[in-house]
Amino acid sequence: MNIVACVKQVPDTEALIKVKADGSGIEEGGIKWVMSPYDEFGVEEALKTKEKFGGEVTIVSIGPARTMETVRTALAMGAEKGIHIDDPALYNADAYATASALAAAIKGIPHDIIFCGMRAIDDDSGQVGSILAELLGLPSVTVITKLDIEGSTAKAIKPIEGAQLLIETSLPCVITAQKGLNEPRYASLPGIMKAKKKPVEVKKAADLGLTVEQKSTVAKMSPPPARPPGKIIQGDDPAAKAAEVIRLLREEAKVI
Amino acid sequence: MAKGVWIVAEQRDGALRKISFEIASTARKLADELGDEVCAVLLGSGVEAMAAELAKYGVDKVFVADDAALEPYTTDAHAAAVAKVVKENDPAILLLGASVQGKDLSSRLVGKLATGMASDCTDIKIEGGKLLATRPMYSGKTFGDIVVSGTPQMASLRPNVFPAVENAKAGEVVKFDAGLDAGALKTKVLEVQKDASGKIDLTEADVIVSGGRGMKGPEGYSVLEELAGLLGGTVGASRAAVDAGWRPQSDQVGQTGKVVSPNLYIACGISGAIQHLAGMSSSKYIVAINKDPEAPIFARADYGIVDDLFKVVPELTAAAKKIL
Ligand SMILES: Cc1cc2nc3c(=O)[nH]c(=O)nc-3n(C[C@H](O)[C@H](O)[C@H](O)COP(=O)(O)OP(=O)(O)OC[C@H]3O[C@@H](n4cnc5c(N)ncnc54)[C@H](O)[C@@H]3O)c2cc1C
Repeated sequence: MNIVACVKQVPDTEALIKVKADGSGIEEGGIKWVMSPYDEFGVEEALKTKEKFGGEVTIVSIGPARTMETVRTALAMGAEKGIHIDDPALYNADAYATASALAAAIKGIPHDIIFCGMRAIDDDSGQVGSILAELLGLPSVTVITKLDIEGSTAKAIKPIEGAQLLIETSLPCVITAQKGLNEPRYASLPGIMKAKKKPVEVKKAADLGLTVEQKSTVAKMSPPPARPPGKIIQGDDPAAKAAEVIRLLREEAKVI
Repeated sequence: MAKGVWIVAEQRDGALRKISFEIASTARKLADELGDEVCAVLLGSGVEAMAAELAKYGVDKVFVADDAALEPYTTDAHAAAVAKVVKENDPAILLLGASVQGKDLSSRLVGKLATGMASDCTDIKIEGGKLLATRPMYSGKTFGDIVVSGTPQMASLRPNVFPAVENAKAGEVVKFDAGLDAGALKTKVLEVQKDASGKIDLTEADVIVSGGRGMKGPEGYSVLEELAGLLGGTVGASRAAVDAGWRPQSDQVGQTGKVVSPNLYIACGISGAIQHLAGMSSSKYIVAINKDPEAPIFARADYGIVDDLFKVVPELTAAAKKIL
């Protein structure tokens, strides 16, 4: 089976994010970069699918030179090869431009199933998998916690508010992963050694026949609105402190 | 020229979801500023009667497609139907809910309509005749103001953030043909497994009482259930509690769980790790109960109690019983 997993390099979840003084983006100095956690679930499912049905996993990623590290991480986990799209026109691109670049790269290679994370934890936009599916003319099943493939049929579990859906679709398709789908493996030391020799093609938008077209922009970034300092209820008696909080919630906050 | 503020209403099992009224009310506000009308797209089988309810929240016209292939929701059927009616009518703005279904549908529509979208917004306004949407980025560590250059300008709205305001309008029904070829649809819902508990979903709850590793085990949650029940809310959990197997994944709040915006979030025995804050910092009021005065959750809380949660929570329940 020809399997594709799309990954994005993002700041580590612990990273302190500071907005540039002019609001044009974030300060990138000092940030530790990692694979977006939901993409890890996608890569893991891609590898499990390969282990079950045979075939190859191709990693596709967009980003500056440092992104290569994340591609290598996925190769070290067990993927066969990579495509790294490195073009300044696509750094911090919007979802439509990002998906267009991924689609252009994936059109050129055989693909039976494509995995994405349900969202990348930097821009948190959560659109790319679905747009990619649309641009490739494939069905999409998003935000899933279980996948079973049989022949050319895929069955997936998708939790919704108050229920779970069992959804069936046909391959080729795009799947987006969420927590619960699997436990991503760690790259082993031999895996890391092997990954260094695995092929990764580096491409520019033009190599993919792509003119980058953004449909939305971040006009300005700002730090989150400051929250007024909270009140710590003083005292030794749990009952008195509890009664005071209930009073405040009723009279001051008016939420109960 | 593109004109009008459109929404896609969300219904399930014969009833509109609360998010539909939130987006209708928000659309009304934007349309009044622009001097435009609000149109809703309503899809399903036997759904026409729901149009009247949308009208109550400020919808001028309801475009209804009644087709068995639209029930239950599938991505391809709904995206095709919405794209068709949107292309025929060319609205300036298209709003959806950032519910599970709304996120799926809106993203697919961005592809179909070749436009841009600000997803999971917490604020939205008109500036210079254009939509300006504000949304948390980097898990709420920053906020971005988004401008959409494509048409329609799309945004999805975070549930529970925008008020639903009654403001009756005509709600004139316009029927349209979804134009679906049922045989060409590639996704099918085989089964809907309802949660037996009948629990309010975290993303829709007004009050959440959440427990973390400090709960010590699954048994501890009964005191949280009691308080949540009394306040008309539901129970959530930190990842530590979910990973320990005390609570189901659907209860997890945070970066790799649900993003919630209740009026009141009570965090019990939760330290307030950055990944947990990512899921609940847009709550309107936050109460923290933790025995460690240094726990980072206190920096985000409106009200804090430094004490043993097993002593405090039953007292909260007792005190709440007296006034409710
Ligand atoms: C990629 C990634 C994604 C993650 N996603 C999430 C996520 O979605 N959601 C999430 O929650 N976490 C997430 N985490 C994990 C997060 O980093 C923390 O480990 C987790 O939130 C800790 O849970 P906790 O607060 O329940 O436990 P702890 O940090 O162990 O805190 C327990 C707290 O309980 C208090 N306590 C103990 N006993 C009592 C008592 N009797 N009375 C009062 N207080 C008591 C302690 O003082 C302590 O502050 C993620 C981590 C990573 C790396």
